[in-house]
Amino acid sequence: MMSLRAARRALSPGVRRFSDTSGGEIVEDVSERTGCAQLTTQASLYVHWPYCLRRCSYCNFNKYISRDNNDHMMTECLQKETETLLQLSQVSCVTSVFFGGGTPSLAHPSTVAAVLETVSGQASLSEKAEVTLEVNPTPVGMSKLEDFCRAGVNRFSIGVQSLQDDDLKILGRDHSSRQALQTIEEARRLCPGRVSVDVMFGRPKQSVESWENELSKLLRVCDDHMSLYQLTLERGTQLFKQVQGGEVTVPAEDVTAEMYQCARRTLHQHGFLQYEVSNFAKHKAVSHHNMSYWKGRQYIGVGPGAHGRFVLPGEGGVAREARTQTLEPDVWMREVQQRGHGTRRRIQLNHLELLEEVLVMGMRMTEGINHKHWELFSPQLSLREVFGRSTDVQELLQSGRLILDDRGLRCSWDGLALLDSMLPALLVELERQISQRLQRDHHTDGQTKKTSNPR
Amino acid sequence: QHCFFPFSFKDAVDLSKFPADRIRNFCIIAHIDHGKSTLADRLLEMTGAIAKTEKNKQVLDKLQVERERGITVKAQTASLFYNHEGQQYLLNLIDTPGHVDFSYEVSRSISACQGVLLIVDANQGIQAQTVANFYLAFEAQLAIIPVINKIDLKNADPERVESQIEKVFDIPREECIRISAKLGTNVENVLQAVVDRIPPPEASIDDPFKALVFDSNFDHYRGVVANIAVFGGRVKKGDRIVSAYLGKTYEVNELGLLRPDEHSTGKLFAGQVGYIVAGMKDVKEAQIGDTLYLQEQPVEALPGFKPAKAMVFAGMYPMDQSEYQGLRSAIEKLTLNDSSVTVQRDSSLALGAGWRLGFLGLLHMEVFNQRLEQEYNASVIVTAPTVPYKAVLSSAKLIKEHGSKEITIVNPAQFPDRTVVSEYLEPMVLGTILAPDSYTGKIMSLCLNRRAVQKNMLYIDDQRVMMKYLFPLNEVVVDFYDLLKSLSSGYASFDYENAGYQAADLIKMDILLNGRPVEELITIVHRDRAYSSGKAMCERLKDSIPRQMFEIAVQAAIGSKVIARETIKAYKKNVLAKCYGGDITRKMKLLKKQAEGKKKMRLIGSVEVPKDAFINVLKRKQK
Repeated sequence: MMSLRAARRALSPGVRRFSDTSGGEIVEDVSERTGCAQLTTQASLYVHWPYCLRRCSYCNFNKYISRDNNDHMMTECLQKETETLLQLSQVSCVTSVFFGGGTPSLAHPSTVAAVLETVSGQASLSEKAEVTLEVNPTPVGMSKLEDFCRAGVNRFSIGVQSLQDDDLKILGRDHSSRQALQTIEEARRLCPGRVSVDVMFGRPKQSVESWENELSKLLRVCDDHMSLYQLTLERGTQLFKQVQGGEVTVPAEDVTAEMYQCARRTLHQHGFLQYEVSNFAKHKAVSHHNMSYWKGRQYIGVGPGAHGRFVLPGEGGVAREARTQTLEPDVWMREVQQRGHGTRRRIQLNHLELLEEVLVMGMRMTEGINHKHWELFSPQLSLREVFGRSTDVQELLQSGRLILDDRGLRCSWDGLALLDSMLPALLVELERQISQRLQRDHHTDGQTKKTSNPR
Repeated sequence: QHCFFPFSFKDAVDLSKFPADRIRNFCIIAHIDHGKSTLADRLLEMTGAIAKTEKNKQVLDKLQVERERGITVKAQTASLFYNHEGQQYLLNLIDTPGHVDFSYEVSRSISACQGVLLIVDANQGIQAQTVANFYLAFEAQLAIIPVINKIDLKNADPERVESQIEKVFDIPREECIRISAKLGTNVENVLQAVVDRIPPPEASIDDPFKALVFDSNFDHYRGVVANIAVFGGRVKKGDRIVSAYLGKTYEVNELGLLRPDEHSTGKLFAGQVGYIVAGMKDVKEAQIGDTLYLQEQPVEALPGFKPAKAMVFAGMYPMDQSEYQGLRSAIEKLTLNDSSVTVQRDSSLALGAGWRLGFLGLLHMEVFNQRLEQEYNASVIVTAPTVPYKAVLSSAKLIKEHGSKEITIVNPAQFPDRTVVSEYLEPMVLGTILAPDSYTGKIMSLCLNRRAVQKNMLYIDDQRVMMKYLFPLNEVVVDFYDLLKSLSSGYASFDYENAGYQAADLIKMDILLNGRPVEELITIVHRDRAYSSGKAMCERLKDSIPRQMFEIAVQAAIGSKVIARETIKAYKKNVLAKCYGGDITRKMKLLKKQAEGKKKMRLIGSVEVPKDAFINVLKRKQK
């Protein structure tokens, strides 16, 4: 432990800038080599900036239109909570950092620098570690990109959402398509090969044809990563009310399904490999931060309403905890000031719950869950032992939507679009096998020392 | 200590101090929501049976389903001590259900009483169940005390209600007592009227012991707990008593009053009402309507009760055959508490071994099902409800087989083919509808649409109409009441009584999912209504079955002929777009819920059907 701490680099923000970021070689995927031990000594870090300038009509995320200017206090609290949670988790290495929100590009670059500095003060943060910032493509956001890079950001995720100005208005976004294009250009100049573009489909009045046109336009300007999200109507949002009230119509399910398939085909033709339900990358430029969620690794959530999944050896814990931070920024800040962190809810995940998350997250990846990956979490019951016998699963395999082979368990191309229809059957089977296993262990070798389960 | 209540809780009650002339047995009858249970709460409070607190809301509604649905299902008994003009009286209150389905419980309660409080809402006035309940009491020749409740409401119009009572029931308006059970206004007058106007039970302590079992419950530890009304003599702990029905002898272990909780007294005397535990271990031993007497003093059995006539039948099967035994014992225990349910063993290729149960109505069936799930944690498949049809057989062979020319069919799967039948008969009911006259037009066209024939129409005051219609039972059994309520903005009320059988052109209709017949959904329909009800069932089934990964054809068929079809399209995409930012808790919860739900699905071929779909399909959507 001491040597790791000693090896930690103290970074000054100015130094953490990358000039040699060609390709996706920054942190190679450690998944299969990551042993059981690394599961608890490493974590990724999510930092939530809760403020937005305005409310998007579709968004029900935890965000607040502030305000009195309390950026300074927010920054201090983010630092404080980062420090506390990293200490509790006792991780020696932070593998990636993601600044999300809200609108984190509204934060001052010095906030990012300060948080990264705190991270480096507590654990090792490799120079090559991915540090992503979500950006609203407004002129103000764009003007700060360079400073964010100086602060240590080396990847931008740009919330373009649409290239149609009318749609941007309906969605309540505060940028224009022209500004979005300019922001992409600037981001690519600063972080070539490490810029992601977020786009939304299933928008009001959108047709498959207009979506195709929009995609072609985007493909001409985008970098090596794209995330496509279907607009989901969330209760309590303005858009939800408008649709309920009949003022606005959104495309029918069949149409959005077609949009999704069409986007998958188009992106594939342009060299973008789909690696997750909503994510596509060229030149292996995948988001390592998000990959670590899908691979079931530990993550620490800092900031109002952030979520985390990690073990707390600092408190004598052995099982992974699901932690949720207090939602409301002012309350959260008070709590951080009083006790170092604003964790509102802690739930210990038992072995089955952990495996359920590993399954649900892992199946979102096109590569699915390979045998080694599964074994890391479930050394006693292999993928084949869990799923090989079920008739429900057999039917899914036979329909060609699910694949279980020497590589592992994954969805086929067609199956991925129907994942949520298959997961309940997989979860039922997982629960059944785990509980049977527990009963067997209980009956046959009550004497044997229990093998410790990975966390 | 409350002034009405002369005994502290721990005092032993000497029931011998209450000869029959100081006892009054009464029940409260009312249309649903007219305040029956609230009045019962007030009476209990005023006589000290329960402490007066803000929380006393429907104390006698013990079942979870009763509190959830705001209805009373089981009649409950409470003994009250009341001081009137220097005399102590023992008032036995029997709370009754308020829904059309449970009139059997009402009539049973009435048999243990000499008088009733007929409650009418001062705002709503006389409703269909007010009429039905009045006639039950009237025919039993009980003293009837009309009580006009909710006079505190802004729109209360007690004068109008009094004239309705005068017109419809021929009771002088002066006899009505105006109260607010909620506020306690004039409730004291009700207690006085109970003593003054209801005759004491005609029972002599000098006669041999004789008691009517009018209700029973099952207790896991003590076995059967029977509610009895003592019609003569006395009984005490240690006595050996005989059940007239079975001829079996039992020793009395425990007995006492219900206040409303059990309060052991060691003795019960002529005219009193209470509970008795006598080592009856088998649920079948406590027959409701049975007579109990002392071993050494046999008596003639009381007339007992006509068994309730089941009007709605449905199959019930365990979700999994391994749960058969558990479900059997749960059904046995529940039917002991509710003897109006008839039980027959049944089995089906698709569903395995199960039962065909008869209920008084659809609500009764739903409540039974809910109690099975809540109180016994049983998971059941319930088939589409049906009414008891009859067929007059023409085939000599079949007549011989059944031992009679006329058979009753309670399972649509066993509906005999037209070729062996000379005539089908369907059960009819005489329905009473009360509504403001502005809804008359809508109601008449609804009734016409349900093959009903109008028999009679009467203005009970200048705005409200009472209509009588002869309905085929199957047209009102499932959703008629809901529909009537919604088209009259909740103002119409409905009740019905049996009216024999009539010939009808009936056919059997199958529902198919991807070509496979769904046994739960076989229905008998009138030929003229086959297409419309087949189409409606397909449409509703389409809404009740969640989309799956493949297309599902939903068809209605008569024989091999498909008469209606709907298609449930396959999911083309079903995957949540965004699943990070770390908040996967919500997503996991949703998936886990679906996984739990999956275990409770019924598989037809490879189509997963939620088990409540079979009942939902028969209910028309409220538009």
